[in-house]
Amino acid sequence: MRTPLDLAEAHPDPAFTVTLDGREIEALPGQTVAAALWSAGVTSWRTTRGEGRPRGVFCGIGVCYDCLVTVNDRPNQRACLVPLHPGDAIRTQEGTGHDD
Amino acid sequence: MTDRPHLAVIGAGPAGLAATVTAAAHGVRVTLLDSAVQAGGQFYRQPAAELHAGRPQALHHQWRTWERLRDALARHVAAGRATYLTDHHVWFVERRLNQQPGTADRGGPRGAFTVHALLGPEQEAPVEVTADAVLLATGGYEKVLPFPGWTLPGVLTAGGAQAMLKGTLAVSGRTAVVAGTGPLLLPVATGLAAAGVEVAALVESADPRAFLRRTRALAAQPGKVAEGAQYAAQLLRHRVKLLTRHTVVEAHGDERLEAVTVAALDTDGRVRPGTERRIACDTLAVGHGMLPHTDLAETLGCRLDGLHVQVDDEQRTDVPGIWAAGETTGIGGAALSLAEGHIAGRSAAARLTGAEPDPRTWATAAKSRTGLREFFAALDTVYAPPARWTDLVTDDTVVCRCEEVTGGAIREAVARLGAGDVRTVKLLTRAAMGWCQGRMCGPAVAGLAGCELTPSRRPFARPVPLGVLAHAGEAEDDEHQ
Repeated sequence: MRTPLDLAEAHPDPAFTVTLDGREIEALPGQTVAAALWSAGVTSWRTTRGEGRPRGVFCGIGVCYDCLVTVNDRPNQRACLVPLHPGDAIRTQEGTGHDD
Repeated sequence: MTDRPHLAVIGAGPAGLAATVTAAAHGVRVTLLDSAVQAGGQFYRQPAAELHAGRPQALHHQWRTWERLRDALARHVAAGRATYLTDHHVWFVERRLNQQPGTADRGGPRGAFTVHALLGPEQEAPVEVTADAVLLATGGYEKVLPFPGWTLPGVLTAGGAQAMLKGTLAVSGRTAVVAGTGPLLLPVATGLAAAGVEVAALVESADPRAFLRRTRALAAQPGKVAEGAQYAAQLLRHRVKLLTRHTVVEAHGDERLEAVTVAALDTDGRVRPGTERRIACDTLAVGHGMLPHTDLAETLGCRLDGLHVQVDDEQRTDVPGIWAAGETTGIGGAALSLAEGHIAGRSAAARLTGAEPDPRTWATAAKSRTGLREFFAALDTVYAPPARWTDLVTDDTVVCRCEEVTGGAIREAVARLGAGDVRTVKLLTRAAMGWCQGRMCGPAVAGLAGCELTPSRRPFARPVPLGVLAHAGEAEDDEHQ
């Protein structure tokens, strides 16, 4: 199956490991949190404050704040903007992200 | 270079890049501030460097124009005529009251403005840049109207799907439906298909064939006609089913998107009963047009024309020392942004160096600007969301995504509590009071309340830590003690 990496003839630097709720996943250097999670098959990493509904990427450019996530204990990071580094700990965020 | 007059350009998309390279070539020192790690804006969004894309142009159009802009910027930076600041998220442009007198004949007083930015990606550390004049090239963002299920993971804006693809070479699934209205849907559908995503349908609520009848606007833009033909061929090649005068009525799924229901529209923009059909997909890329980013212009007091910044023939706003170019002055695409950026750069350079600008020096860009504005005005009359889109918003559809305010709550505020404008709806329901400050739900709330969408006058363009706010401008105070 053709991938975007094929289309752009990308030869990324070697992948590194980050964690999502303690589970190890692979990430490519230069990828944002959102891109790495999508590549790992994850499309939701937050539940809303009111109804506890799942959310993920919506606008993809930092405007909508729907893709908020906790990275290295900092809640409310926009997954579509924040780049990943080896060993980063991503945690799904519940509500405001300040209660857990 | 420090004795040159200093222009700050905000935004490194087509308009900001064109303005920067033009002004730097004509006697001005330019500081270009951009929130991204790499220049390009949304249109020329580049894959992250570490991904080492050998053929990034596979994701792009007008690649040679990009190369020309990129190389010109690099030359001006190397020569010290331009400074390029990446990862600078501008939240406010301040008119300084205690600037030095005596140079008012040169496009405004020296050091008249302070550009306040936050360093990314954390956006906690402040940076201030002082400039004699400012050129706003802040671009736009996508408008999406709500429908049941639009908050499900897997539903994203059409531009968002494209941004993730161009910038990170990532897609959110294997089968996509691209839907809504507007010319952006074509490159999004063909881009996803080229990247290996099965595009099950392109669902357009307008009938673009109506556009073909507007022969005058089309005849003046042969390049745009060719572009349209190219997309049509690509859709065919990737076997993308094109459904015009159709709309998505609902997105289905529990924890994530599993399918959408699409239906045909009648001539009044209502769903034709019995035409509903379900399409399985894990991604819905949806958009209903673009809106300009005008926050910085609004707080500077620039006059708006409807939703966009009003500019004169030189791309000057009505605030002395502030120019604007690109989508912020009206949605019209990358080619128009380039023309406007070029004109703004020429005008700003002339006025800041004490010369009267000569419009003959930008005659080609001005001609292109006129033609493209006409073209996009004609497009606007064709591409439109379904006239009765509010019918689709059920009472339990979440409209304000941040504050989880439903269509029912907004209708109650209007019908039972007497809210007659968006601001009152906001006060009664919290719609538009959340993180995004109404950027996502604004058009929907206005539509449900039965009023025109108006600029929202946000004091700052993005969230600012209180500590940064408390200390902003302290450096300037020291300077004048």
